[in-house]
Amino acid sequence: MAHDDHHGHPHGHAHGHAHDHAHGSELSPIEARVRALESILVEKGYVDPAALDALVEMYETKVGPHNGARVVARAWTDPDYRARLLADATPAIAELDIGGRGGEHMVVVANTPDTHNLVVCTLCSCYPWPVLGLPPVWYKAPPYRARAVSDPRGVLAEFGVSLPEATRIAVWDSTAETRYMVLPMRPAGTEGWDEAALAALVTRDAMIGTGLPRTPDAVAA
Amino acid sequence: MSLADPGPFAAPWEAQVFALVVSLRDAGLFTWPEWAQALGRAIRPEDDAEAPADYGRWLAALEGLLAERGIALADGVAERRDAWLRAAAATPHGQPIRLENDPLRG
Repeated sequence: MAHDDHHGHPHGHAHGHAHDHAHGSELSPIEARVRALESILVEKGYVDPAALDALVEMYETKVGPHNGARVVARAWTDPDYRARLLADATPAIAELDIGGRGGEHMVVVANTPDTHNLVVCTLCSCYPWPVLGLPPVWYKAPPYRARAVSDPRGVLAEFGVSLPEATRIAVWDSTAETRYMVLPMRPAGTEGWDEAALAALVTRDAMIGTGLPRTPDAVAA
Repeated sequence: MSLADPGPFAAPWEAQVFALVVSLRDAGLFTWPEWAQALGRAIRPEDDAEAPADYGRWLAALEGLLAERGIALADGVAERRDAWLRAAAATPHGQPIRLENDPLRG
């Protein structure tokens, strides 16, 4: 997409009359601040507008939780892959042509009948973008940052996840250097399913730990 | 994913802020740990409650980092912001807004 297309049609303008050219355009204060930084950085040669557009397009259209779902489905069907993924996740994920932007080290933690894993970033909103896309709004909000640690069972209940009392909940605090992803348990009743069908069961929340994979019944319904 | 999933960005400016941060990190202006520290500070104002790590805070954190490093000082950014606002007001509705449209541009 052309660079100016991001800016040519400001959102939220007050005037709905397309033919009323007597009025100028509007930028919100925050839009003007973003343009100010961007134009200065482009002039000074720190950023390339084409590279910015390519990044936006990639994160709007190509990168998302479907990447992580492929990783999970492979781990469910290939025990050797699962072992590699849990031993050293970054190269195992790269095997599926899902790339990091550098700098971040991925760790995958597996749910078991005894332990449920939950991922949070208590500092800000560190998240494995290349594998899961950009984080949902609640992941970035103070209540989740605080309560995932102090009351993980309560948080899970709010997400509709109730676990047996005996199940231990392990909370993993993502940082800029180490980003966690949950490998959920494979749902019962999926014997013989291929990877594509299994991947369709894997939700974003299941890989953060605030959800469980869909069940075959839920998909059929 | 559900069709109701709103996608990663609520507005084009959010995507631009995200792309600026990733580009500048790629260019070596800061590391991811330095970025996380800056964002962590931006969401914890001394005189107010902890805030969501949304793209408004990303922008504030980026402005702070670039000012600290002398790459884009606050006064220059504020001047440029005002120039963009003047350019917008001088641009017929529906036309792309360009900095050249600022009537005070020298």
